[in-house]
Amino acid sequence: MSITTFIIISIIKSAAVVGVLLTAVAYSVWLERKVSAHIQNRWGPTRVGPFGLLQPLADGVKFIFKEDLTQPHVYKPLYIAAPIIAVVFAITSISVIPFGNWVELGRLGGTYLQITDVNIGLLVVLGITSMGVYGVALAGWSSNNKYSLLGGLRASAQMVSYEVSLGLSLVGVVIMAGSLSLRTIVDAQAGVFWGFIPRWNIFHGQTLGFFIYLISAYAETNRTPFDLPEAESELVAGYHTEYSAMKFAMFFMAEYANMVTVACLATLMFLGGWHGPIAGPPILEDIEPVLWFCLKVFFFMFLYVWVRWTLPRFRYDQLMAFSWKVLLPLAIANIVYTALVVALRA
Amino acid sequence: MFHLILFLFFGAICVGGAVNLLAQSHPINSALSLIVVMGSLAAEYLLLGAEFLAAIQVIVYAGAIMVLFLITIMLLNAGKEERTKGSRVAILIGVPGVLIGGVLVTWTLLHRSDMPSVPIGALKGDPSDIARLLFHQFLLPFEVTSVLILIAIMGAVVLASRPEAIARRHYGDEAPEETRELVASGKDH
Repeated sequence: MSITTFIIISIIKSAAVVGVLLTAVAYSVWLERKVSAHIQNRWGPTRVGPFGLLQPLADGVKFIFKEDLTQPHVYKPLYIAAPIIAVVFAITSISVIPFGNWVELGRLGGTYLQITDVNIGLLVVLGITSMGVYGVALAGWSSNNKYSLLGGLRASAQMVSYEVSLGLSLVGVVIMAGSLSLRTIVDAQAGVFWGFIPRWNIFHGQTLGFFIYLISAYAETNRTPFDLPEAESELVAGYHTEYSAMKFAMFFMAEYANMVTVACLATLMFLGGWHGPIAGPPILEDIEPVLWFCLKVFFFMFLYVWVRWTLPRFRYDQLMAFSWKVLLPLAIANIVYTALVVALRA
Repeated sequence: MFHLILFLFFGAICVGGAVNLLAQSHPINSALSLIVVMGSLAAEYLLLGAEFLAAIQVIVYAGAIMVLFLITIMLLNAGKEERTKGSRVAILIGVPGVLIGGVLVTWTLLHRSDMPSVPIGALKGDPSDIARLLFHQFLLPFEVTSVLILIAIMGAVVLASRPEAIARRHYGDEAPEETRELVASGKDH
């Protein structure tokens, strides 16, 4: 492949992935409003478009036309930079996520359905998501408001704590696949046991790891029951109390983009990525893996909403104790157990 | 060629961030400059071919340690530091001193060192290579370092736990003054 085709294909892939991601973000908000409404016996958005499907567009327009307030007491450079930092890191982390097989493009050669394949893909995702905490922390500090500051402090302490168990819960999968490349990890999960149970890691000794990951991921994305940074009954709105219009929308987008990334990672690491039953003519065989991948990600997004409207919020000391005294020992036990099994089988 | 330009670019950002760290008068800005330095160092590692090291640099230093720096600054609510006039001696001796030191170190590294120079992208930075080095050749230093960190953690826990809180936990709210002193001195068991 020549350098020109490489650049053109890369640009097309990046534009497509970012477009899909932003659409997914907008429609997760719609999904959240709709599902939460039905859980509470309401209708949710119904006015704009059929089933309220154009509501995200209307919201976007509203965010653009709202007055963008900047309070006189904020520390301006960081106040403006914080939402940008949050949204940039949230969107960048999608760049190494693979969502399908190799596709042939005729004379142009072919390409993997992934913006770029690096051999430390997992670490890249973890590194970029760990940088996302700066957006929240700096927003809380630069707003110069006690509720915002408390929200920012809570967010950074919570995200640093849960990052440890999140990272350790993935080590078991890495030991089993023997690689940090997301594509290799997914390929290691192909096939079935006894003819019908898929060889996904969740059914292959990593069930504990999966649940540790799931719980830490909720805390990492600041979702209920771990939404202490923006607990509205105690902190008004936490770190984004002072933000309005598009700056607020950027935090909103960052939160949902992080949810999508975390759901993608859960799919890749524990649910076998794009593997699933494939049938039909050859043209469908290229598309079906992507559909399986999207279906699994959608399942996680639905789970997020379901959990949010089911469980009450933790108390702050419970939250920290749960991370350090329950999840961390369990994650370490999972690593030791997996390493022992792999070593004894080798 | 393209890699060399990127290498120089990130090197310049790294030095710029380091200078900005010293020049800023607000601790938050200094901490953010340090994050920029860490990030551009990670980019330099990446360009040299040590991608695992680059990822670890971002996760550990930029993503975890600097967050703790930031939390500390935010908790202490450290304000702007006051400008002093600076000392003439520091400028007269310090600036030439730094320049001479820098030139000496560069010259020694370039002409009097046995270390071979590595072309860009040629370092072997695969996770398995690093693991082999850590768990074979450098196993003892690696394990000793982890014990050192464990000791530091235990020290921090001891320093952070307040004697009054421990006394209350063991003897209830009405612990007499003598008991508290006993707990504080560590002679209660």
